[in-house]
Amino acid sequence: MSMNILRLSWKNILNKPLNLILNLVLFSLGVGLISLLLLVNVQLEEKFEKNFAGIDLVIGAKGSPLQLILSSLYHLDAPTGNMPVAEAKAFLNPKHPIFKAAIPLSLGDSHKGYRLVGTNAGFINLYQAEFEAGEVFKETMEVVVGATVAKNLGMNPGDTFKSSHGLIEDENLVHEDAAPFKVVGILKKTGSVIDQLLITKTQSIWAVHEEHDHEEEEHEEHNHEEEEHEEHNHEGEEHAHDSAATEEEMPLAFYEDQQITSLLVQFRGRNIQALNMARNINENTNFQAATPAIEINRLYTLLGVGEEALKALAMLIIFVSGLSIFISLFSSLRERKYELAVMRTLGAKPGFLFQLIIFEGVILAVLGFIFGIALSHGSMIFLADFLEKSYRYDFTAALFLKEEAYLFGGSLVIGIIAAIIPAFQASKTDIHATLADNKA
Amino acid sequence: MLSTINLSYQYAGAAAISFPDFTAEQGDHWLILGPSGSGKTTLLHLLGGLLSPTVGSVQLDHFNYSTISPAKLDKFRGENIGIVFQKAHAVQSLSVLENLLLTQQLGGKSLDKQKIMNLLERLQMGHKANQKPNRLSAGEQQRVAIARAVINQPRIILADEPTSALDDKNSDEVLRLLKESAETVKAILLVVTHDNRLKAAFHKQLLLK
Repeated sequence: MSMNILRLSWKNILNKPLNLILNLVLFSLGVGLISLLLLVNVQLEEKFEKNFAGIDLVIGAKGSPLQLILSSLYHLDAPTGNMPVAEAKAFLNPKHPIFKAAIPLSLGDSHKGYRLVGTNAGFINLYQAEFEAGEVFKETMEVVVGATVAKNLGMNPGDTFKSSHGLIEDENLVHEDAAPFKVVGILKKTGSVIDQLLITKTQSIWAVHEEHDHEEEEHEEHNHEEEEHEEHNHEGEEHAHDSAATEEEMPLAFYEDQQITSLLVQFRGRNIQALNMARNINENTNFQAATPAIEINRLYTLLGVGEEALKALAMLIIFVSGLSIFISLFSSLRERKYELAVMRTLGAKPGFLFQLIIFEGVILAVLGFIFGIALSHGSMIFLADFLEKSYRYDFTAALFLKEEAYLFGGSLVIGIIAAIIPAFQASKTDIHATLADNKA
Repeated sequence: MLSTINLSYQYAGAAAISFPDFTAEQGDHWLILGPSGSGKTTLLHLLGGLLSPTVGSVQLDHFNYSTISPAKLDKFRGENIGIVFQKAHAVQSLSVLENLLLTQQLGGKSLDKQKIMNLLERLQMGHKANQKPNRLSAGEQQRVAIARAVINQPRIILADEPTSALDDKNSDEVLRLLKESAETVKAILLVVTHDNRLKAAFHKQLLLK
């Protein structure tokens, strides 16, 4: 066993437990806050990026564009309203000159708190999802389940269930009279929003709701059919007529008396016409068109303000804890002045005392860092759980970032800076003056 | 042999204190007596190399303190000089044993736990080896100070008012142990004090005015 400087510093720190605790609490709070912000931020950005999925435009009912993006692209928040298929027909044309693809979404139903989306197979391709088991749906009432849903609900191909009305888990809202859904496929984890969704054909959603409203609407349907024929002939959208599409090519558009929630649109190319589409739709139709990038940037700006405030707070805490280390060390010098002078008489060089105090500062900072990281990752576990229950998004605490290595470096530097002045003071101990005044 | 030549020290803004030339042979036990303000501590610090004289020099054999660098002087002191102060001022966060291990380390000697335990036994402190200094009585703390002063077998042992804070019983004990320990390593013992109780124990005495 050697009695070296490190061992001595360590013993000195342990000898003042209250000081140690105070410094640890402060430092770990500052480090922990920054680390937590990093953990959340990195994962948040990743989710935002992954869920763009190459969508150029989202078309839906008029209302808040941010709400449209959040509900139809990120499956958060409630939809803004519905789109009658009759009015959206032109967008659904596969030969649309500007739109490469327009994927319809029917939102509003769920199963055990996970959202059920009525759409087509194109939706699955948006997220480049592969199949873990089974295959894509072909018939109505067949369902493909995302990785997280399958895991949390223990679902396998062949399982059946009845969907619920609304987006919140509620036993009373299950569509008891409707036909059950059957799981035909399970997807592999993609890290995007599709993991937390159940996907089926648009027609399945209509089928479930039709059974409900069947009696009420029966007599209304006859009137509707007559009116629809007339409207079809006088349809205003030029593009539809020019490309002379037939009803076989746009099966969804056939259901003119039905509604969908929104459309996810990809452009064929980026030209003036494509860029003008959004404005055109907003000004000349009953719908709104929102550009994901624009709305998400706006959201970022709002979130950014909060994040900056938290960062500033964290910096303040770290500064205060650095100050606290400095004060602890400095005042300990006064208590230890005879002891330090005596060490010099035993043969310790000034550099020995300097290193001793520096080590004490560094040990405090390093311990603070370790506790801070433990604190942030521990809190992240609770936060991830909360986010999963509230938004169905998957966050992890087991992420270790290279920024945390920088944070470690920063902690070392702060420990050293806090200790430098006391260390210098210690090394300058005047042996004679200190010990000569020691007359009890 | 420890000797001083023409030794004098001047504090800023005060008159210089001159000390009589002085020689001590290996194994001598000296008492340096004087009232407060006579410069006793100053002399001791000069003899210990803790202070540089304004005039004159201190020599151990042919080794002149003033001719070596401060770094070398620190090392020299650790290896050759043991000092007992009025209060021990041991390192508070270390046990008695650990304090002595540190002393060995700083003195450039190898760490020898057995040697320390033997010494502590001789000073009747063996059972307190794992205690921290603040748990010890004043007398016990001084015994630790003595152990610390002699563990590295120094050539000189200096003691500055070693008994002034102790009662008669402890004072006798500490003096006896100090002399015994010095004898064991054949060191020069120099005790500086105003405590008259010690007069009877020393043949060689230096009086300061």
